Amino acid sequence: MEPLVWLMFSAGGVLAAVFLPILAILFGLVFPLGWADPPDYQHLRAVIGHPVTFVILLGLFVLMLVHSAHRFRYTLYDGLQIKHKRTVAALCYGTAVVGSIVTLVVLLAAARAS
Amino acid sequence: MADSIQLRVSRFRPETDSAPRWQEYDVPLRKEWTVLDGLNHVKNEVDTTLSFRWSCRMGICGSCGMNVEGEPKLTCGTFLSDYEPGPITIEPLANFPVVRDLVVDLTDFMEKLPRIKPWIIPKEDHGNVEPDVEFLQTPGQLDAYRQFSMCINCMLCYAACPVYGLDPEFIGPAAIALAERYDLDSRDIGSPERMDVLIQHDGIWGCTFVGECTRVCPKHVDPASAIQRYKLKAALGTVKAFLLPRGAR
Amino acid sequence: MTPSGGTPTDLRVYRPRLSTWWWTRKRTYFVFVMRELSSIFIAWFVVYLLLLVYAVGQGEAAYRRFLDWASSPWVTVVNVVALVFVLLHTVTWFNLTPQAMSVRVMDRAVPSFHIIAGQYTGLVVVSGFVFWLVTR
Repeated sequence: MEPLVWLMFSAGGVLAAVFLPILAILFGLVFPLGWADPPDYQHLRAVIGHPVTFVILLGLFVLMLVHSAHRFRYTLYDGLQIKHKRTVAALCYGTAVVGSIVTLVVLLAAARAS
Repeated sequence: MADSIQLRVSRFRPETDSAPRWQEYDVPLRKEWTVLDGLNHVKNEVDTTLSFRWSCRMGICGSCGMNVEGEPKLTCGTFLSDYEPGPITIEPLANFPVVRDLVVDLTDFMEKLPRIKPWIIPKEDHGNVEPDVEFLQTPGQLDAYRQFSMCINCMLCYAACPVYGLDPEFIGPAAIALAERYDLDSRDIGSPERMDVLIQHDGIWGCTFVGECTRVCPKHVDPASAIQRYKLKAALGTVKAFLLPRGAR
Repeated sequence: MTPSGGTPTDLRVYRPRLSTWWWTRKRTYFVFVMRELSSIFIAWFVVYLLLLVYAVGQGEAAYRRFLDWASSPWVTVVNVVALVFVLLHTVTWFNLTPQAMSVRVMDRAVPSFHIIAGQYTGLVVVSGFVFWLVTR
C-alpha cells in the first residue's frame, strides 16, 4: 500500500504546488474581494460543465486530498508523537476517501446542472 | 580575541548519575584550536575523568561526532573561535544512548549497517578470477555513486534525524545512503536484495524528508536524496509489478 | 550494576527522549513542521473550491451567495493564511524535487538549478492558462 499512497502523495504535491496558488489567489481573494470582476456566471458554468474540466478537477481534488491525508498522518506521528499509528492512518486516509466520494458527487451534480 | 572560552560539557557517569549534568571548563582560545583540541586540553590538563571518542583529528575517521550548541558536528573540524564569546555547550550525539560523558553506544548502528549489504555484490563469482583483473568504470559510472561513497559512518545524520529520534527502529540516513552507493555502482547487482530490506516497516517509508541529515553531513553526502530516490524506485517497481505480468519486474 | 568484568549488557546507559517540542528548537525543524502543516490548508482549499463548484452547479443566485460568503472577514483571513502555507508548499516542494529525483542526461547529472527553473516555468504556464480560462 505504502508505495501507491506515496505516488499519489507525490502527484498531489506537484499538482497542489502548480495549480493551487493561482486558484487560491483568484477564487480565494481576487474575486470575492472585488479586486477584479468575478467571472461571468454563464462562462464559469460552461467551464465547470466541460468534460475535460470534470476529469481535471476530479484528479486534482482527489490527489490533493490524498496528499494532505498522507502528510498530515506523518505530522501527527512526528510532531505530536501520537502512538496509535493504525488509528491515525485509518482516520487520515478514511477522511480522504470520504472526501473523494463527496468530490465525485459534487462534480457530477455541477456537470449535470450545466 | 579573548584568551579563553568556556566549554559547557555534558557529564554522565553511570556509576553515580541517573541523568547527565553540566560541568564548565575554561580552555585557552586559540585561533587554530578546534572543539576537540579544547576537550583534549581539559582531558590532559584539567580533568582526566572526562570521556570522549576521537582518533584522526582530520575529519576522516568519523569518531569525534558530538552535539556542539545543539548541532551535530565533527569536533575536529569545528573551531572554538566560531563560537566566541562562548560558552559552548557540548553534548553527546543526540538520539543515541549515552554510555558515559560524551560517549554514545554504537551498537544500534553497527547492527543496522550490514543489513543493507554495504559491499559490491558482483555478477559472477570472483573466486575464480585472477587477482590482477581490473573492473573498469567510465568517469560517468564513477560519478553516479561517488558522492554517496564519501560517508565515514560518523552518525551525525542519525543525531540530526527526528524520525530516528522518535523511532529508533528506523534504519536511518547513512545506512540508506550506503545502500544507494552500492546500488549505483556499475559493478554491483545487489539492488533487489537491498530493496527487500529497505521496504520493510523500519526502512525508507518512515522518512518524512526533514532533510537535516544532508544539512549536517560533514562529507557532503546527501542521504535525504538517497532515501527519496529509493521511494521513487520502490513506488515505480510496485506499479510495474502491478501492470506487467509476473516475472517482468 | 556489576562493578567490573561486566558484559556490555550490564552497561547502565542514559536514554535521552525527544521532547514533544523538538521542532521549536531549531529553525530548520520549525520550517519542516510548517511545511508539513501546509497539508491542512491544501485540504481547506479543496473544500473551498468544492463549495464554489457546488454553488455554481446550484445556479447564479447560489454563486453570488458564495462570493458574498467568501468576502466575509473570517473567510478572507483563513484564505490569506492558507495561501501563505500553499506558497510555502510550492517553494519547498520545488526546492526539494532535485533531491528526490536524479535526472541524468548523457551520463551527467542535470544541475538542480535546471530542474527548479523548469518547475517554475510550469507554474507560470499553468497559472497563465488558468487565469486566461476563467477571465476570458
